[in-house]
Amino acid sequence: MRHGSGVRAGKVPFTFNGQAYWGQEGDTLAAALLANGVKVVARSFKYHRPRGIMAAGVEEPCALVTVGDGGRREPNTRATDVFLYPGLVATSQNAWPSLSFDIGAINGRLSGLIPAGFYYKTFFGPPSRWMLYERVIRRAAGLGKAPVEPDPDGYCHRAAFADVLIVGAGPAGLAAACVAAESGARVILLEQDALPGGSLLAHAVSIDGVPGAEWARGMVDRIRAAGGRVLFRTTATGYWDDNFITAVERLAEPGQVPSGPVQCLWKLRCERVILATGALERPLVFAGNDLPGVMLASAAQTYAARYGVAPGQRAVVATSHDAGYRAAFALADVGVAIVAVLDTRSDPVGPLVHAARSRFPVHTDARVLSARGRKGVLVGLEAAIGGGRQTFAADLLAMSGGMSPVLHLHRQAGGALVHDPVRDAYLPGEGRQNHVCVGAATGEGDLATILSDALCRVPVEDPLGAAGAAWPGPVWRQEARGKAFVDFQHDVTTADLALAQREGFVSSEHVKRYTTLGMGTDQGKTGAMVALAQMADLRGVALPEAGLTTFRPPYTPVTMAAFAGTMRGDHAGPIRRLPLAAMHEALGAQWVPAGVWMRPRAYPAPGETIGEASVREARMVRNRVGIVDVSSLAKFEIAGPDALALVLAVCATPVSKLAVGRGRYTVMLREDGMVMDDGTVWRVAHDRWLVTSSTGGAARMARHWTYVRDVLLDGARAAVVDVGERWAGIALAGPSACRVLTGLINAAAPAHMGLVDATIAGVPVRVLAASYSGERAFEIHVAAHRVGPVWQALHAAVVEAGGGVYGLDAMDHLRVEKGHVVIGAEADGRTTPADLGMGGMLRKAGGFVGWQGLMRPALSETAGRRHLVGITALDDEPLPEGAMLVMQIGEEPQGHVTTAAPRIAAGEGAWIGLALLTDGVARHGEIMVAWSPVRDKAVRVWVGPPMFHDPEGVRYRD
Amino acid sequence: MMLIPCPHCGPRVQEEFAYERTLDSVVRLDDGPVTAMSRLYTRANPRGEEIEIWSHVHGCGQWLRLRRDRVTHAISDVEAI
Ligand SMILES: [Zn+2]
Repeated sequence: MRHGSGVRAGKVPFTFNGQAYWGQEGDTLAAALLANGVKVVARSFKYHRPRGIMAAGVEEPCALVTVGDGGRREPNTRATDVFLYPGLVATSQNAWPSLSFDIGAINGRLSGLIPAGFYYKTFFGPPSRWMLYERVIRRAAGLGKAPVEPDPDGYCHRAAFADVLIVGAGPAGLAAACVAAESGARVILLEQDALPGGSLLAHAVSIDGVPGAEWARGMVDRIRAAGGRVLFRTTATGYWDDNFITAVERLAEPGQVPSGPVQCLWKLRCERVILATGALERPLVFAGNDLPGVMLASAAQTYAARYGVAPGQRAVVATSHDAGYRAAFALADVGVAIVAVLDTRSDPVGPLVHAARSRFPVHTDARVLSARGRKGVLVGLEAAIGGGRQTFAADLLAMSGGMSPVLHLHRQAGGALVHDPVRDAYLPGEGRQNHVCVGAATGEGDLATILSDALCRVPVEDPLGAAGAAWPGPVWRQEARGKAFVDFQHDVTTADLALAQREGFVSSEHVKRYTTLGMGTDQGKTGAMVALAQMADLRGVALPEAGLTTFRPPYTPVTMAAFAGTMRGDHAGPIRRLPLAAMHEALGAQWVPAGVWMRPRAYPAPGETIGEASVREARMVRNRVGIVDVSSLAKFEIAGPDALALVLAVCATPVSKLAVGRGRYTVMLREDGMVMDDGTVWRVAHDRWLVTSSTGGAARMARHWTYVRDVLLDGARAAVVDVGERWAGIALAGPSACRVLTGLINAAAPAHMGLVDATIAGVPVRVLAASYSGERAFEIHVAAHRVGPVWQALHAAVVEAGGGVYGLDAMDHLRVEKGHVVIGAEADGRTTPADLGMGGMLRKAGGFVGWQGLMRPALSETAGRRHLVGITALDDEPLPEGAMLVMQIGEEPQGHVTTAAPRIAAGEGAWIGLALLTDGVARHGEIMVAWSPVRDKAVRVWVGPPMFHDPEGVRYRD
Repeated sequence: MMLIPCPHCGPRVQEEFAYERTLDSVVRLDDGPVTAMSRLYTRANPRGEEIEIWSHVHGCGQWLRLRRDRVTHAISDVEAI
């Protein structure tokens, strides 16, 4: 039923649990449900108790529903924080088979078996027990289900700067924003509600001679006229270092089809921040304080005054301070019968109390003992009044245990909290950043005072008299019999707090984790202070000594997609394409991501699989000739008087004696002695070097080079230029490679590990005679923007020589046969050069990064370490990469297969691989099993040296 | 999200920078093995100010020495290395 005169026109159809209803434009889902007489909205998290609507804003702990369907389905949405739109579909959660008959409610009756710390206790027990509980509890306890379909909507990010950012468009925030905007500052005002005004929307006050809500709209017009930006449905969720605020703007309601992006994540860097975040009401503690029909007084007032909805027919108002009385007047205005006002104080005075006494039965020294329900909803209550007891029949209990300033953002910003013993509340202390709290967030309850702090003497007319000054009242405490909740969302009761106390969990951080207090999606916005007061009383200490838990962002839950923004799917990261991408495409390349690059994996002929193509391509290189794109390799040029000193510090192998025009293989180590990267180092001129390293490590090496130069060598005179993307690279390999090259450059090919400058197709190139494949091979470097003609000339020449192109897989097969390691596979961050058989290559005198780490006894002893070995499959099937090496299936692993490849040089079907094996060097000749239980594969292997092809290296020579 | 005042580029957002390590954990090339491992694995880790090395990796590339409070995140001094 709906009363009052403030009702807006417009009928909005929606459904709840499949039932069709009508609401009105501007209603929240909660307001519309209450207007339709729907009281039970959800089942609770642990005990499956029926729950209704307790609040009217984002602090709602109970009325969590799922809104929307398909990929737009949003679980755990507060019914109080979604505005009605035509066709809104909402369903209740955590109830099976239905909201009215929920089988899980048996949890409530068995609650003695699910005490606080249940999970901890269970997990300390035998695993067989928690395996069983886990299955049962996971089905029974929980919140809404995440959608499985992809989210069809767009999310965006925006950055903005403000001289003054104001959070909250209540009276204090509006006043502050208006003053700042009209003084010429760049102003941004954020409001999580759809309307400005905050508490004014539920208050019968007038400001400057107009009703509060109208005054608020006028203020927004003034702020905008002065150039300020006002964002509604925008919640400041995080306050980070250096006045950086993140805020989430809802451009459409949950589940609604948006006309553009559905949400926008704002990143706001601000000179000054004003927090006008208001205050939230505390619940009272009594048995059954979670029954549908029990509601915060401010919420009841909001439903009546703002939405014109009567949340019940017969109401009791229970309060511990003046402001609670306002609910009685607002409810009476929409036709609710006020059965009683129960005030915990023995002798309340003041205009509000006075006005109330003349209209309602006011009882002082009166406390609610228990609420009574029938069919899951409130039907009455028992109260202690003076020395006696009295029962009341009521379907609405509006409760107020005082107000708590909303200081989440203030705390996130590092601001201090100060306990005010009069209000029994935490108030904002000194801020760490350039911010200030204003209005109700400071504990100030009087509207005229709030406004005159910001605007000079605004006339405020409050027909009920200045009431706010007396709030927040003290947290009202009592021992409760039966289930009295302090965390409604996580079903934490006063009994749970007492149990935690008895079991030795005293600090607030421990109690929080043991009972899960405040760990729900509402982060305990309503009950936290009440719980802290209970904990203080249990310990017999003052409230400040009970401590506080950390306020963590986000203030309200944020959809994961809002953080991702546009970075989803193909936009998750930049796709980097090689300069020759179009030519590979034309040759039928199949692509594979390698580091940040897309590289050709193979070039399958029609009807050929990638595996078949790779073997064909590798065999082509072994028998004739091929070319492969190696442009993505990291390349650095080092030049200057101290270039040699820098190369010596980074590379662990000898380089000083390298002649100009010569190169050699090298490794770079981390400080702990493990291999970080490998590549080749070339002396291009006396004080000019070219060093290549792996594709995947390019960014890390770029940093490493300048770190060593600037931090370790105190700014040595050596230029480091990352030429990785300036030089494209093509490797030419195979028995015919030398002949193909000389035909193109009209000059002699360099000897193995030699370097010459030449031209191909009229384009200057640098030819490095290095081999990865184990065949005579050359890397041809050319300016990236001129690589096209060079590739075409090379391609034509290799095709004429009976060869062609090969991809990454063929390259990998070839290097496995040759025993070359790959960073990330064999060099996995736990291997030293000695583990990889390269110990003898290092400079004995040290002086390179990592030399000290290698001196550790655990590394200098080779026994017990995992060494690189080669393995040959004895069974006729592929080796499972990543498999463990065991003596017998089921035994402890002694190593693992790092890479597997089909044998190229020998006959069909044979598989080989590289592996890391404990004491592997001493175990050549052993037969082991490569066992992969996850893939249900086991292949017998022969352990041998990591070299399957041309161990003497004769094929490098012409 | 800190603002770091790069001596070359001015105040820039933390995302542009990469934290490297504290100054006391820099391993010099001529440190002996014992000193080197102690620098690497035994840190002072004070509750308060510390000198740290950062690089403006997505900006000018400069290596920086920052004096930063590890509780408040306040940066009291920045210099190019
Ligand atoms: Zn910079």
